[in-house]
Amino acid sequence: MDLYTIIFYIFALITLGAACIVVFSRNIVRAAFALLFAFFGVAGIYVFLLADFIAITQLLIYVGGILVLILFGVMLTSHQIHVDAKTGTVQTLPAVMIVAALAGTLIGIFWSTNWNVNPQLEIMDKTAPQIGELLLTKYLLPFEIASVVLLVALIGAAMIARREKKPKD
Amino acid sequence: MEIIQKLFANELIVSILLSLLPLVFIIAYALVVLYTEMKVAAHIQDRVAYMRTGWHGLLQPIADMLKLLQKEDIIPDKADKLLFRLAPIIAFVGTYAAYAVLPFSSIYIGSNINLGAFFLVAVGSLVVVGILMAGWASNNKWSLFGGVRSAAQMISYEIPTAIAIIIVVMITGSLNLQDVTKFQDGGIGNWVVFGGPSPWLQKLMLMPFTIITFFILFVSSIAEVNRTPFDLPEAESELVQGFNTEYSGMRFAMFYLSEYANLFTVSAVGIALFLGGWSSPFGTFMSGPVWGIFWFVAKAYIFVLVQIWVRWTLPRLRVDQLMYVSWKVLTPWLFVCLLSVGLILVL
Repeated sequence: MDLYTIIFYIFALITLGAACIVVFSRNIVRAAFALLFAFFGVAGIYVFLLADFIAITQLLIYVGGILVLILFGVMLTSHQIHVDAKTGTVQTLPAVMIVAALAGTLIGIFWSTNWNVNPQLEIMDKTAPQIGELLLTKYLLPFEIASVVLLVALIGAAMIARREKKPKD
Repeated sequence: MEIIQKLFANELIVSILLSLLPLVFIIAYALVVLYTEMKVAAHIQDRVAYMRTGWHGLLQPIADMLKLLQKEDIIPDKADKLLFRLAPIIAFVGTYAAYAVLPFSSIYIGSNINLGAFFLVAVGSLVVVGILMAGWASNNKWSLFGGVRSAAQMISYEIPTAIAIIIVVMITGSLNLQDVTKFQDGGIGNWVVFGGPSPWLQKLMLMPFTIITFFILFVSSIAEVNRTPFDLPEAESELVQGFNTEYSGMRFAMFYLSEYANLFTVSAVGIALFLGGWSSPFGTFMSGPVWGIFWFVAKAYIFVLVQIWVRWTLPRLRVDQLMYVSWKVLTPWLFVCLLSVGLILVL
């Protein structure tokens, strides 16, 4: 085993172990903090797939944005740390259908993709300029739609958070 | 680097040794800055500070460090012990990861990746999570408030920092910090803060905007390292010590080290982006790989000094004033700079 393989297995172990804690932990704060390691491990695996830009974006958006937001949410409800998780089975048929469709898609992608498992730093040279160029030419419409959706979400959040001052009598 | 590679043929050992170099630097630098901070603070307040351990108290930082190492490691009974132990490590990992992309010299950079500046912004978020973790795990109201305040502050001020970095990237055309520095090589006139090595008319037009951007980056970097006038997370009159109230001994020392290492990181980013990084201010005079390290550390150290000076001079802001400064002053001004710089570069 060379160095790259060892590091890959370390990242894979971090991701899977943390993901298991997220799913199985009864303590909701620990589950939220375990997400940090899951995101971190996934970012490491992105680097192995020569997606350095995506890896850093993963850290910035998921750890810096979404995880911190989740933590704020969890901390503001700190009296309900130990959630009694429901363990009964409900809605079996729709659940099986959705899980089957999701698993089928993932396995299909897994088999059909040509994975680059041999990281060569030379190829990783100009990923950011290429992504930028594609976003502003071939994928301009999805890019713009995503930005409009985000703007709508921003305005909505501001509307909900805003508190009107009641005029004094 | 070649010498180490020849000494140890093993690839693994070489990478571990090279990645430990900044740690040695951080510890040595922390001792110097600890001493500087205490002495500068004392002289600003008309005191003399340490005088007895060594000549003018020069050995005091070492004594302080030994004291911290020996102290009892107290973990509160009702704390979440696992997270309490983990928090200082995560905060320090976030700080240390940034050193991977700092261009100390033309031949030494931990990892010469093409997205260095972007990476720096991203790993800062690990520190936020570490501080939140410390605040929550301590099971203490002061700690929790300190942690939440700190996270809100660091996230708010990440936005001006990121936009300032984008402006520099627009001028230099690269996210690689080594390339950004090489772009500014060749004397003080080529530094990005003075418009970079462009034709004189363009330079003159860029200069007001780059100077404003540099100033804003400086302000927001002070806020990102939680220092006065933005040290609300550890406002001792309200929150005792903020997120590290319950920490003692070695774990407290790790937060402390992380804070001082962060101080150097933000200064180093500022000088690498705006003040030519390792390049000599006199063009080819006193330039070279070894002088590069000297210039890089010296410039960053001057910045650290200014931050210490600011800390002991200005009073602390209120929470609402803090948010006002970030969202209503710094960010709009940076948008003006961003648009103007873009327009000038297109012209």
